[in-house]
Amino acid sequence: MEKKKIIEAVDICKSFHDPITVQVLNDVSFAIRAGEFVSVMGKSGCGKSTLLYILSTMDTSYEGELFLDGVSMTNKIDEELAKVRNEKIGFVFQFHYLLSEFNNLQNVMLPGLKLGKLTPKEVEHHAYEKLRILGIEKEALKYPNQISGGQKQRVAIARALINEPLIIMGDEPTGNLDKKNGDVVFDIFKELAEEYQQSLLIVTHDPDFAANTHRIITMEDGRVIKTPSD
Amino acid sequence: MKLKLITEISLALLLARLKQTMVAAFGVTFSIAMFIALLSFMGGLNDLLDSLILNRTPHVRLYNEILPSKIQPIARSSQFPESYHFVRHIKPKNELLDIRNSDAIIKALKNDKNVRGVAPKTTMPVFYNIGDINLTGVINGIDVEEESRLFSFKDYVVEGKTIDLKNTPNSIILGKGAADKMLAQLGDNIQITTSNGTRFTLKVVGFFQSGMDELDKVQSYTTLATTQKMLSKPASYVTDIQVKVKDIAMAPALAKTYHELFDTEAIDIQTANAQFETGSSVRTLISYAVGITLLIVSGFGIFNILNMMIYEKMDSIAILKATGFSGKDVNAIFLTIALTIGLVGGILGLIFGLGFSALIGIIPFNNASMPAVKTYPINYNPMFYVIGAAFSIITTYLAGYFPSKKASKVDPVDIIRGK
Repeated sequence: MEKKKIIEAVDICKSFHDPITVQVLNDVSFAIRAGEFVSVMGKSGCGKSTLLYILSTMDTSYEGELFLDGVSMTNKIDEELAKVRNEKIGFVFQFHYLLSEFNNLQNVMLPGLKLGKLTPKEVEHHAYEKLRILGIEKEALKYPNQISGGQKQRVAIARALINEPLIIMGDEPTGNLDKKNGDVVFDIFKELAEEYQQSLLIVTHDPDFAANTHRIITMEDGRVIKTPSD
Repeated sequence: MKLKLITEISLALLLARLKQTMVAAFGVTFSIAMFIALLSFMGGLNDLLDSLILNRTPHVRLYNEILPSKIQPIARSSQFPESYHFVRHIKPKNELLDIRNSDAIIKALKNDKNVRGVAPKTTMPVFYNIGDINLTGVINGIDVEEESRLFSFKDYVVEGKTIDLKNTPNSIILGKGAADKMLAQLGDNIQITTSNGTRFTLKVVGFFQSGMDELDKVQSYTTLATTQKMLSKPASYVTDIQVKVKDIAMAPALAKTYHELFDTEAIDIQTANAQFETGSSVRTLISYAVGITLLIVSGFGIFNILNMMIYEKMDSIAILKATGFSGKDVNAIFLTIALTIGLVGGILGLIFGLGFSALIGIIPFNNASMPAVKTYPINYNPMFYVIGAAFSIITTYLAGYFPSKKASKVDPVDIIRGK
């Protein structure tokens, strides 16, 4: 059965105008279906990160159209987009971006509390659940500066999962980690995709990482040059 | 729910920078405390200086003045209607200075609902006889009880008992300056001569010190009846009717009404003492200006600290935005931080302000011209506290406004890609 498209990009173009006009994305169109584990590959500067930030709704200056869960994201106001990000997208960045003022559990809980669909108690329960799946529930009450880099990245993944998003987006999530920790993070992604049918879109330039995903979108000079099985 | 989350995040950010926050809050505390102390002290001084005159000045004074006839005979002539009249020869006639029909006027005034009290007074020029020398003076015949009630007469009697004036026949309360010249003691008898040459002996029952030296050298007080007796006038002879009204702002209007109604001269306190009002308002203005300057300076402190905090917390702001906090939420977080600093600093400032005022209020302040005052005067007007609190909130809000706006505009993409 054809699964529904959760993200669809239609003819997305983007140019930087400062200091001179450079077109970074040129008519990018593709779609991701529910449960897919997709990686975006390409050389440095080919526009893959730029594409990710457009797909994540954080970057709004582009041409073309973006649909998330069948709804157009183009021309929405900041507050609506913030809500969409909160509810439907989970992020994992190269850097963990945990708030040092809060402990790991609170860091995971923040987006859940912001969503406000569950009571704080329920959010806390969910947060423990996510930390347990990622094998770091023991570190819940520690602060981010008290745990290792790999553990931090796992807390960040737990944070991305807290609102059970449609899709998790990653911008080189293993880029800052050593081989061992990188593998741990990759295994987590794989497990999420296979066991929990979580859709993932990961930007990477690590061919080993990409090779193990379901589908590789390859980019070059702002164009998608290969999108198998779409 | 949402508010609670934003407050929690704000507090966490605040606590992470506790020292800086405390410095900022202390700035607010200091400025609010100084603002309160300054205004209370200035207010107290103003009240004191004003009371020196205003307490003892009737809000409306009814009196008769020797005036020339306003309508000269030539004006009545129909021959020179448009002309300028040079011929003015009808001089003031020899009238009594008393207010005609004073009993009825006093009664009418006492029934007026705008009036708090009425005190009749009769003034007579006299000479105090000291051996061969005569000193000029003025004796005021007063209604002792009303004068005390309305014009705090009692406060200015520095020796002797005020009520003795009423109870002892032919008694006088001498101005302190006059008494010193006459070497008069309590219980002494002194001689005075009235303007028509009659001599009287009066018993000294007290000394009066108004705070104005010139006045104290001249003025003395007896009862209304004693003065009338010395002038050989009937009990209805009253030269002044002093009126205290309930609302001082109404005095000018009432003075005008009474002038027409009772056919006497009537002067209100605002007209009679315009210079005091000006002095008070200028002093108040200066203290407000200093206080508000202090607050603005502390506002810049908060502005600085928030700006620094925002630069430091760029990453946190970016991630909050990436995970679904909108610009508005981020704005609210930093405004909450600013207002928390303002609120905590402000409340402490109010408490310290009260403390400072109380401290100033116990410093001894002895002044010969103000016998009733022993320490520095303080006005504990709650309005100062309300203004101080309001200003602490307003300045911190303004100080937080621009940094918060900047924080809300942070583009998460710039920050995250910049790493």
